[in-house]
Amino acid sequence: MKKIILFIAVVTSSLCTMAQDKMNTFPSVNLKTVEGKTINSSTFENDGNPIVISFWATWCKPCAKELDAISEIYDDWQDETGVKVIAISIDDARNSAKVAPYANGKDWPFDIYLDANSDLKRALNVNAIPHTFLLNAKKEIVWQHTSYFDGDEEELFEEIKKL
Amino acid sequence: MNKIFSFLILCSSFVYAQNGNLSGNFQSDFQLYLEDEALGFNLENPGSGFPNERFLSNGFANIMYNSTNFSAGMRYESYQNGLLGYPSGYQGEGITYRYAQFSNYGLDVTVGNFYEQFGSGMILRAYEERNLGYDNAFDGIRLKYSPSKGIYLKSVVGRQRLFFDKGTGIVRAVDGEISLNEALAGLSQAKTQIILGASFVSKFQSDLNPSYNLPENVGSWASRMNLNRGRWSLNSEYVHKYNDPSAVNNYIFKTGNALLMSGSYSKRGFGFSLDAKRIDNMDYRSERDQNLQNLMINYLPSLTKQHAYALATIYPYGTITTGEMGLQAELNYKIKKGSKLGGKYGTGILANFSNVYAIDKQQLNDSTQIDESGTLGYTSEFFKVGEEKYFQEFSLEISRKINKKLKLIGTYINTEYNSSVIVGYKWNGMIYSEIVVLEAQYKIKAKHSIRTELQHLKTKQHEGNWVMGLVEYTISPHYFFAVQNLYNYGNKYEKLTYPTLSAGYNKGTSRFALSYGKQRAGIFCVGGVCRNVPASNGLSLNITSSF
Repeated sequence: MKKIILFIAVVTSSLCTMAQDKMNTFPSVNLKTVEGKTINSSTFENDGNPIVISFWATWCKPCAKELDAISEIYDDWQDETGVKVIAISIDDARNSAKVAPYANGKDWPFDIYLDANSDLKRALNVNAIPHTFLLNAKKEIVWQHTSYFDGDEEELFEEIKKL
Repeated sequence: MNKIFSFLILCSSFVYAQNGNLSGNFQSDFQLYLEDEALGFNLENPGSGFPNERFLSNGFANIMYNSTNFSAGMRYESYQNGLLGYPSGYQGEGITYRYAQFSNYGLDVTVGNFYEQFGSGMILRAYEERNLGYDNAFDGIRLKYSPSKGIYLKSVVGRQRLFFDKGTGIVRAVDGEISLNEALAGLSQAKTQIILGASFVSKFQSDLNPSYNLPENVGSWASRMNLNRGRWSLNSEYVHKYNDPSAVNNYIFKTGNALLMSGSYSKRGFGFSLDAKRIDNMDYRSERDQNLQNLMINYLPSLTKQHAYALATIYPYGTITTGEMGLQAELNYKIKKGSKLGGKYGTGILANFSNVYAIDKQQLNDSTQIDESGTLGYTSEFFKVGEEKYFQEFSLEISRKINKKLKLIGTYINTEYNSSVIVGYKWNGMIYSEIVVLEAQYKIKAKHSIRTELQHLKTKQHEGNWVMGLVEYTISPHYFFAVQNLYNYGNKYEKLTYPTLSAGYNKGTSRFALSYGKQRAGIFCVGGVCRNVPASNGLSLNITSSF
């Protein structure tokens, strides 16, 4: 019985908040820089320009494809929209020391952070990677997408241009 | 139950009161199993694992509420019954995870369930790998406090999740970290960045053992250092564990230790890393009689390359927690575009080498066997490499974009896998395999792409050779179709094929994938955790979504 009441309580409160639209508080989770320093996700900034957050790992092939594809056209994207891409690696201790060499080896021009125990991944309800978010000037999540197919970056760019 | 109830009432009231937001995610996997004569996968053969239910499903949903300084959430899980290959403890349904968290003036409090990692995780790591059924979350209280810039303190008290139950052992742990260049004003301009950290973890479990007088409190400590200077980086962590007789170490009273060191150098277009590790009697669980992946307090990473190609995942290494030592080196290099070797778009090179050996183990004295229960087990010289090789692998991947439409990737992998030691296959001795993979990605027109993989694995041992072909067609951003076939030949048994057809649809954060076909038996790994999955035939549907 209690389970049922509890369930109803949760569902009604959910419906109540569902009425509000976009996610207005970006989660506050501690991540690490590739140098090992702590940085909080709520401090992500891009001077009022859009931010793209992409979850990846060194062992995830479609993730690398997506970031490679964005990397190739990143200069044009930045010129046109001022967008900044933040690539969050969920590699744990098995691969975390390889993250910086991997990203550098690929010549990626993105801000790279480590989410070694998937805390931000969990806070953003990411089921599987790659998973990409687009944040507007107020750092509200306005668009998100899971998995990557060749050409998906064009859809993302269309969304960035709308902001 | 009452606690959960009041807690949820509390969080729903917060939802009404504040201007926060609600979010969540959902995943469900359904599989209909079909009898298969060739695989011996049917009701007449109980050893094959063919489920009486014929239809199995796993699913979960997370719901989370967030406002500026407060968050709360819960997860409902359902296994009716758990898919083949899942740990058998996952049967039934219920709320397995709920928490409330708030933070103020640098203090962060979590009550209920939480995941946590200290340093590299070699002393403490609670995490989840839902797709493999790995979850050792704590249920208790966690405090995090940052007294000033660059200083971070954490404390944890709790018991760990064991399927739909909890372990009896209590874990108490503290961790501190200081980023010297941020904490000390005088060092803020220094070129060398130094971060130091230390942890202490203790577990308590009553001793009811009739034969031995076991320690009820088992402590461990760790220290770590992270050095960075320009393009160079060096990370190390050392863990010491006091005597901890357990089912896994055969009730020896020896202390344990682990060392992990990684160095790297990287600049744009070039990256190199070198890791070394040594583990000695470091299996650490909150219940001493548990095995497999149950109630692990710590995480001991396997320092070997994590592969994505299907045939390269047949012989994966898994850490031997009772003792191993090894090295890994990885090189990433992008040959510049426009150069003779680089071609018009540049050429990528990724090389990896890793090996793992036993640690040295010597008898304590003539009358005591190595690992004999109730003794100190053995002595071990720290820097001496043991005689037995557990694993070795070399891999080389070369990728090159030929023109705007075509990209080719060639991979060679040479693996030595000691099947007598690594958990998994019923095969004794070393398995030597060579794998070659050719992958082609071709852009047919805007948003339409085709990808093919041709893979071959050659070995004289175990199940013999494998060949695999895959064709995948994607239409961005919504559709994918794939067909693949694996063929196992060159062995004494039957020659088997494993064809699979799959298709999927993505929209935003929702993804539907349908597949029909055969699954080879083997070890499947995600992150660092592996599980053994039997051969099967069937139709599966996978749905994920989040909001």
